[in-house]
Amino acid sequence: MALSHLKSSSSRSNLLKPLATAFSLRRPISTSTDPLTIETSVPFTAHKCDPPSRTVETNPQELLSFFRDMARMRRMEIAADSLYKAKLIRGFCHLYDGQEAVAVGMEAAITKKDSIITAYRDHCTFLGRGGTLLEVFSELMGRQAGCSHGKGGSMHFYKKDSGFYGGHGIVGAQVPLGCGLAFAHKYNKDDTVAFALYGDGAANQGQLFEALNISALWDLPAILVCENNHYGMGTAEWRAAKNPSYYKRGDYVPGVKTLDLGFSEEFSGHLPGDSFEYAFRAWLESVFLNEMKIVDGMDALAVKQACRFAKDYALKSGPIILEMDTYRYHGHSMSDPGSTYRTRDEISGVRQERDPVERIRKLILAHDLATEKELKDIEKELRKQVDDAIAQAKESPMPEPSELFTNVYVKGMGVEAYGADRKEVRAVLP
Amino acid sequence: MATIFQGLGGGAATATALTNSFDSKKLLLPSSRRSLSERKASFLVVRSDGSVNLNLGSSNARARRVNQLITNAVATKADSSAASAASKPGHELLLYEALREGIEEEMDRDPHVCVMGEDVGHYGGSYKVTRGLADKYGDLRVLDTPIAENSFTGMGIGAAMTGLRPIVEGMNMGFLLLAFNQISNNCGMLHYTSGGQFTIPIVIRGPGGVGRQLGAEHSQRLESYFQSIPGIQMVACSTPYNAKGLMKAAIRSENPVILFEHVLLYNLKERIPDEEYICNLEEAEMVRPGEHVTILTYSRMRYHVMQAAKTLVNKGYDPEVIDIRSLKPFDLHTIGNSVKKTHRVLIVEECMRTGGIGASLTAAITENFHDYLDAPIVCLSSQDVPTPYAGTLEEWTVVQPAQIVTAVEHLCQ
Repeated sequence: MALSHLKSSSSRSNLLKPLATAFSLRRPISTSTDPLTIETSVPFTAHKCDPPSRTVETNPQELLSFFRDMARMRRMEIAADSLYKAKLIRGFCHLYDGQEAVAVGMEAAITKKDSIITAYRDHCTFLGRGGTLLEVFSELMGRQAGCSHGKGGSMHFYKKDSGFYGGHGIVGAQVPLGCGLAFAHKYNKDDTVAFALYGDGAANQGQLFEALNISALWDLPAILVCENNHYGMGTAEWRAAKNPSYYKRGDYVPGVKTLDLGFSEEFSGHLPGDSFEYAFRAWLESVFLNEMKIVDGMDALAVKQACRFAKDYALKSGPIILEMDTYRYHGHSMSDPGSTYRTRDEISGVRQERDPVERIRKLILAHDLATEKELKDIEKELRKQVDDAIAQAKESPMPEPSELFTNVYVKGMGVEAYGADRKEVRAVLP
Repeated sequence: MATIFQGLGGGAATATALTNSFDSKKLLLPSSRRSLSERKASFLVVRSDGSVNLNLGSSNARARRVNQLITNAVATKADSSAASAASKPGHELLLYEALREGIEEEMDRDPHVCVMGEDVGHYGGSYKVTRGLADKYGDLRVLDTPIAENSFTGMGIGAAMTGLRPIVEGMNMGFLLLAFNQISNNCGMLHYTSGGQFTIPIVIRGPGGVGRQLGAEHSQRLESYFQSIPGIQMVACSTPYNAKGLMKAAIRSENPVILFEHVLLYNLKERIPDEEYICNLEEAEMVRPGEHVTILTYSRMRYHVMQAAKTLVNKGYDPEVIDIRSLKPFDLHTIGNSVKKTHRVLIVEECMRTGGIGASLTAAITENFHDYLDAPIVCLSSQDVPTPYAGTLEEWTVVQPAQIVTAVEHLCQ
C-alpha cells in the first residue's frame, strides 16, 4: 500500500525523485484521496444490534485533516488553560483535551446539515462544526467578536448555520433538546440526524430515559452519544452508576460501544465498597500502564465508523446509543485539579497509551503520508494560528452596555415591550 | 354579624332611589359609617389571619340575593367582554372551542405548527381543546406524549430551535413544574445566550388555577413562579374572544409564550367574529371604563370582579375594570393611563400573596406612578396556603366578590 503511494506522489516532485528511491520518505505531504483501509484494534461491542465492521475506509487527506484538526483543538485547549490562569477567562472553563477524537471522528461521518448538541465541554465540538479560533477565544474572554457576542461564555457556544446547537450548562438538559432536534429532522423529512452528546455523569439523568422512550416510540433519528470519560466531575463512574455499561442502558434501544475493556462484566455490582474501588483502580492501571495496548475510543477512525453506522441505523430504525470510551486530561473544569480522585500515573498512562493526536501521528508516519518534520511544522503553524487568534481576540472590545438588553425578546407583533415597565434601559450603566 | 348585611341591604336600597345622580356617596355615608368599622375589622380578619369571618365567606350568596332585590338598579356597563365583535353576525362558541379554533387556523396556515402533550391526540385533550385535530392533521403534527413533562417540553424547545412552532400542553399547569429547568434555562434564555442565533417560537399552555375541589397539587397558579424568567412572555386568557386571539398571537410570536388558561373558564360561551383576528400579546383589555377606582385583574378573577362591580355600581361607585391579560410584560401604558384618571388601584388576583403577580404589579405601579396615587395600592390575592379540598375552605382561599366590594369601599372612603 505504501508503495502505490510512492508511485503516485513521487511523480509530483521531480526534485526529490533520486532521493525518493534512496529513502522512501522524502516527498510532500500526501493530499491524495486514495482509499486507505485501516482496522480498528478492538472490535466494537453492540447491544441489540449488529456491531459495525472493524475496517474503516479512510484516505490520506482525511488522516491529515484529522491530525490538523485534533492538534488545533489540543493547542486551543492548552491556550485556554493559560488564559484562564491569567484571569482573562473567568467563571467556568471545561476543557476537552484528550477527547478530541470524538469531535473529529463525528464530523468525518456526517454533514453540516446533521445537528449536534452537547453539554458544556463544547469548545472543540464548536471548532469541529466550523467555528473559528477567533470566535472561541473572544467568547471565552467575553468580547464582541465571540460567537454569542460575549453573552454566553464558555458553556454557550452555538453555530446555527452549521447545525451546532450548543453549549448547555445544565447536565442532561441537552438530551431532550437533542431529541427535539431529531423530531424536527423527521418532521422536515430531510434525511438528517441529530447527535445528542452527554457524559457518563449525565447518563443517570431521568430526562435522558424519558427522551429516549419518546424517541423510540416516535422513531426519531436521534443518536445519543455518551462520552464516557469515566468521571462525572469528581465521581468515578462505578460510584455513580449501578450499571456502567452506558450503551446498554437504553434497554430496548440498541447501543454500540467503541471500546469495551471488559470492565462492566467483570466488576459491576459484584464487589463491596473498598474492595470494589481497589479492584477498579488496579484493573484501570493494568489496562493503561501495561502493554495491553488496547487502543480505541480515543481513536478518531473508530469514532467515525461508529457514527457513520449510527447515522445509517437511525435514519432507518430510530434511536441508537453510542458509547465512546474516552478520557480527559484536565480536571472537570479549571477549578478542579483533577488529581484528587485519580492518580497522576493514571493520567500519564492514558496519555502515553491512547492519546488521539499521537495515535494519528503514528498512523500517518507508519503509512508514509508525511514526515516527522512536516507534522512538527503543522503543529508550529497551528500554534501560531492559535496565538494570532488570541491576540486578535484580546483586541476585540467588550460588549456595549446596551447589549445587556438586546436579544432578550424578539420584537414580536403589536406593541413592542422590553420588560415589566416598558423602558428599554432600566438604569444607565457607568 | 348579620347586621352588616342588613346594613348593606339598607344602604343599597336607599341608593337605588337616587342612582342616577352619583351623589349617592353622600347618602351612603350614614349607613356605611356604622358598619364600616365592623366591615373593616372583618375585611382585615379575612386578609391577614387564616381565620375567616363565616358570614363574609358566605356573603357572595347573600350579596347575590341583595342584587336580586334591586331590580331597577343601573346595570353595569359592558359586563361582557368589551372587545367583543364589532360585527354582530359571528358564531357562538365555548372557550375551549375558541382555543381549538385558534390552533386549527394556525395549523392550517403554517405547516410548522404542531401540538404535543399528554392525551392531546387520540383522546382529544383532557379539556377537549385539541379534539379532532389528530384526525385532521395526523400523528406527526398532533403528538401524544408519554407522561414525561421534563423531556417533552425539552423536545418542544429543541424542535423550536430549528424553526418548528410547537404548542406544548401541560395537562395541568402544575405539571409543568417538572419542566421548570427546560422552561427557565432553555426556553427563556437560549435567544440571549446564543447572541440572537436561535429563536424559540414555542407556546406552552395549559389550565391552571383553583378549580372545584381538585386538591392542592392540581390547583396551582404557576404565573408567580414563572414571572422572573427572562425571555418569556406570559398571557392569561379569560374570554372566548381573547382566548382565540391570544392563542393565535402566541403561535405567531417569535418569542416563547406561556398561555395560562383556567380550569373553570373552559365552558364560557360568547359570540366571536367570523373573520380572522388576533389579540395583542402585550396589551391589557379595558373591561369596564370608570372613574373612581382602577381594578386590575386577570383570568377567573375578572368574573368575580365584574360580579362585585355590579354591587358596587348599585352602591354608587364607578369602578374601572381592566383585565391585564399580559402578565409579563405588564401593559403599564393602559394601566398608567387608568391610574392617572382614578388615582386608586385595587389588584384582584388568584395567585398567592407572596411573590405573586400582584406583588410585582404593585411594585411596578408604585415605581412608575407613585405621584398619581391617592391611596396605597390594595392587593387581594389568594391565601398563602395549599388549596384545601373541602369546598368551604377552598372558597375562602380565593378572593370572593364581597371582599372586592369591601376593599373598594375601604379604598374609596
